[in-house]
This record gives sequence, structure tokens and C-alpha cells, in this order.
Amino acid sequence: MSLKRNILDLRKRKSEVLKGGGDKAIEKQVEMGKMTARDRILSIVDEGSFHEYDMFVEHVARDFDMDKKVLHGDGVIIGTATIYGSPVCLFAQDFTVAGGSLGLMHARKITKIMDHSLKMRVPLIGINDSGGARIQEGVDSLAGYGEIFFRNTLASGVIPQLSVILGPCAGGAVYSPALTDFVFVVDNISKMFITGPGVIKTVLGEEISMEELGGAKVHAEVTGNAHFYAASEKECFEQIKKLITYIPWNNTQKARRFEPKEPTVKTKIEEIVPADPKQPYDIRDIIKSITDGSEFFEIMEHFAPNIVIGFGRMNGDTVGFVANQPKYLAGVLDCDSSDKAARFIRYCDAFNIPIITLEDLPGYLPGVDQEHAGVIRHGAKILYAYSEATVPKITVIIRKAYGGGYIAMNSRHLRADFVFAWPTAEIAVMGPEGAANIVFRKEIDEAENPEAMRQQKIQEYKDKFANPYVAAARGYIDEIIEPQDTRRLLLHALQVSANKAISGPNKKHGIPPF
Amino acid sequence: MTEQQENLQTLIVHSAKYKTNYTKKYLNRKKWEPVNPNHLISFIPGTVLDVLVKEGDKVKAGQNLMILEAMKMHNQVLMPFDGEIVKVNVEVGAKIPKNFLMMEIRPI
Repeated sequence: MSLKRNILDLRKRKSEVLKGGGDKAIEKQVEMGKMTARDRILSIVDEGSFHEYDMFVEHVARDFDMDKKVLHGDGVIIGTATIYGSPVCLFAQDFTVAGGSLGLMHARKITKIMDHSLKMRVPLIGINDSGGARIQEGVDSLAGYGEIFFRNTLASGVIPQLSVILGPCAGGAVYSPALTDFVFVVDNISKMFITGPGVIKTVLGEEISMEELGGAKVHAEVTGNAHFYAASEKECFEQIKKLITYIPWNNTQKARRFEPKEPTVKTKIEEIVPADPKQPYDIRDIIKSITDGSEFFEIMEHFAPNIVIGFGRMNGDTVGFVANQPKYLAGVLDCDSSDKAARFIRYCDAFNIPIITLEDLPGYLPGVDQEHAGVIRHGAKILYAYSEATVPKITVIIRKAYGGGYIAMNSRHLRADFVFAWPTAEIAVMGPEGAANIVFRKEIDEAENPEAMRQQKIQEYKDKFANPYVAAARGYIDEIIEPQDTRRLLLHALQVSANKAISGPNKKHGIPPF
Repeated sequence: MTEQQENLQTLIVHSAKYKTNYTKKYLNRKKWEPVNPNHLISFIPGTVLDVLVKEGDKVKAGQNLMILEAMKMHNQVLMPFDGEIVKVNVEVGAKIPKNFLMMEIRPI
């Protein structure tokens, strides 16, 4: 009989905690267009798979009358679950409980599940919705953040870490997402900034709304802090689930293998690309004509669109794609696109995902703003990332491969495993126009009709150098292929590099141009 | 594809003109302007607490011209060379934004 009483007592206690901040606070959360923390977790994971821990954790603050307050679970939910059968660890800050503010025990719950995910070598998903540090807990809050950041760094490159911003995430709190691999934002809901609009107005006199300062669109388009942008929480959860299918549980494993599929796109691959190297096209159409089921899961779609990154599958296995996008800024490399690609290359390398590079670029973006923004330092990141990566690295040169861009985009010289070129490829120090102006400057200047001479010299240069055969003669390119054979050759290249094993000199770590 | 091609923009790299689309960030980039040593520009928004010179004054290098309060600091704006105050665009109590032309000067 007494056992039954104990069980009923437990149920009662649990049902109390499950109310979070209470009906009124939940009503407010819903009014803001947001789901509750628990509903969010349940929407992401497999039905019935979620198990919550530390439900009865209580805050320890005693000052400012905090001892009289009950904060269920101290404003954060932690637990384990599965997504399509893959194990994950999760935490979700509960805004209905003291605004999801972070105190000592709140942070301890987060670090507990982080430790668990690192120990068990499974991905970590963190849902952020918090007013920030709990002022009443003072320096304990700061200590809590520090302990989280340290673990983010420790786990980086070992387990995938996903941050989902579903509410405010301001001040020091933003550094946890910034240290993780993928950041998800939702329109009108996510707000991320170091210094809020209030302080900016007081100190600097600049007036700006929260949305304009650190809303989802800003981070997806301008800052590059967010990797996935969604119009609703529901769409965001679908993105998370999809991403989980493309990545491995940890750095010692490979991503899950799916049933191989042929591409479904029926357009002929060579018909996508205009013959004139100065005309644009959408490189994603090429990717989709290569991948299984013509599926391509793009990352950072709205930031630096002059380079395209994302996952696809080849013969059932995940592959990372890095591709110049002639549709935007002629596909040039610049500060933002170098930064975007370099980080993705390092992600793929850390998690055993082969990289396919599709190349078509005229070089680096010219401009004072680029030079002063440090295009040297940022551009170097992509060289560093490709050189350092030891996963299979395959390049297909579609059209232009000029100058520093040619070297940077996974060239043979940075230890690409295979470099293929279409017959339309042009591998040269620069395009015919620029080269002719320099090499034949004297002839052009001294000619009776300089413009006619210029055109003649451009044509001469074009005929001689604007092709893949000069580079092929040096062995810098392994094979010149017919476009229709691209998928077949890539599948073969991936197959024969599956057991690739190389090692560099011993070092503690490199010093990339961060 | 066809509808985009009608609105394509031009990007020049190494004398070659490429047809493409600009990004929002590219369009919003700051155009470079050479620094005019005779323009005193605010590097931070703030409030003018004091103006110590007037137009036509002859001042020595290092002399304090005005106090700009920003980020709770009283910043002195000093004369960079021996010269003359050509124009004063600020008055005491004015709140000024960043990159505001505070004074025009010239060397003598």
C-alpha cells in the first residue's frame, strides 16, 4: 500500500515540474509565437524517445528574496533521445521559468548533459531561449557560462554540436552558439547580440530595433553567424532532423549510409553551363545533376552566396560540396566566402566527410573595402583548410580557374586527390583579357590600331592558354572528362579513396589565420 | 534564368566583364574616399561638451579644440598641425553622429 503512495507522490511532484513557469507564463510564451521548451524537444525527437533528467534540481540563490522563489528545473530541461534512431543529448532553456535566466544550477544541468554527450560520443542539441545571466546569482552565472564555453571548445570536432536560437540569446550567452558547429535561427523569434538596442542608444545614440540589430535575417544574411534560417519553428525542426541524417555521431564514425539513388534531374549537365565563360548559371543545378536523388542540403544559403556549401549523397554516402557560384559576384572569393568555405571544409575534415569542389571563378574580388577588411587573412583560411584536410578531396574544374583562385580551390598543389577538368576549363594566371593587356602591352600601345591589336592578342592568348591542356601537360590535372561522365567519375574517385590514409608532421596544433 | 538575365549586372575582374548578380552586402559596401587632412571627423558618436576655438583662430599643433563626450569619456580633439580654423560645424550641447565633419582646418 505504501509503495503506491510513494508512486502517486512522485507523479504529483513530476506534474508540478512539467508546468514549468505556470499557465500564465506559458500563455505569454505562446502569445510571443513561441512553443514551450518541452514541446520543442518533443517536436525534434522520435516519439516516446525523450528522457528527462534533473527535473527536481532547484536553484541555490539566497539573496534578493530568491530563497522564497521556486523555479522548476531551474529554467532548463535536459535529457537524451533519438532522432531517426540516432542517439542525441539535448538541453532546452525554458523561458517561462524566470525568463530562462542562467544561474548556477541551470548551468550545471547544461554542463552535465554536455559532459554526457562528449563521454557517450553523441551529438548535442542546445535550444537557447533565455534573458541571459541571472543577475541575482552574480558571479555564479558568469562561472556557469564559462564552464559551458569550455565544454563547447573541448567537444568541438569530436561530437557535432547544434545550437537552436528560439528566443533571446544576448550578451555573453551568444558565445556558446558561436563556438558550436551549426546555428539555427527562426524569423521573428531569434535575437542574438552582444550589446542590446537599449545600451547602443544610450551610449552611441544609434537607434535600432532588436530585429534589425540581431534578428534571424541579419544573422543569416549579414553576419554569417547562423547556418540555417527558417520561417517557423516547425520548419527549423525539420532542418535539424535532416541535418542529423547527413552527419556522423562523432569524429570516429561515418555518417549513416542510405540507399543509393540515381539523380532525378533530367537536364543534360552540359546544357546548364553557358559556353561564354562570362555568362552566369546556377552551380546548384550542376550539384543536383550529380547527387543521389538530385538532393542537396545547402548550408548558409543566404550568406556570401558567391560560394555554395552543403551536403549531398553519392552512392548513399554523405559528401560535402564546395562550389563557386557564378550567379552571384561571378563566383569570386572574398572575405565572407573564404570564411564560409574554410569553416565547412574543416567541419567535413573533422567528421570524415569527403569533399567535392566544383570550380568556376575569375579570382578574388577586387576593391579597397575587401583589402581593408583583410581579404589576405580571410582568403588564407581557405588555403589552410584545404591543405590541412585529410579526407578524400576531389576537384572538378567546370570553366574558369584563374590565378590565386585556382590554387585556393583544392588544387593538386594543396594535395587534392583527384583533379578533373571539363574540356571547357581554363586554367591560367588570369583571364585572356587581363593577361593580353599585360603580356602584349608594348605591341598594343605601339600598334596603329591598339584596340584591334588588343582583340587579336586576347584571341591569341585564348587559343593558347584558355584551356585545360596546358595544366594537363604538367600533370596538374588528372583527367579531362566529358561533362556527362562527371557523376560516374566522382563515384569512382570516392570509391578508390575510401581508405585514404595520410599523416603530416607531428604538432600540437596548427595556427590557422583565424 | 531568362528573367534574371535581363537584370544581370557587370563585375570586372582583371579586365574581363562578367555578367552576374550583386549581393546586398556588395551593394552596401562603403566606397573608399581618401582622407582629407583638413577635415576633423568624429570617429565615434557623442555629445559636444565644449568648443574652445572659433573660426579664423590661429592654433598650434597639439592645442585642444573641443571636448567630445562619448562612451562616458571626455575626449579632447587636438589640432594635428600648426594652422587656422576655417569652419566650425559644432556647438556646445550638440549630439553628433559618427563620421560627422566637426571642423575644417588648414595649415599655415
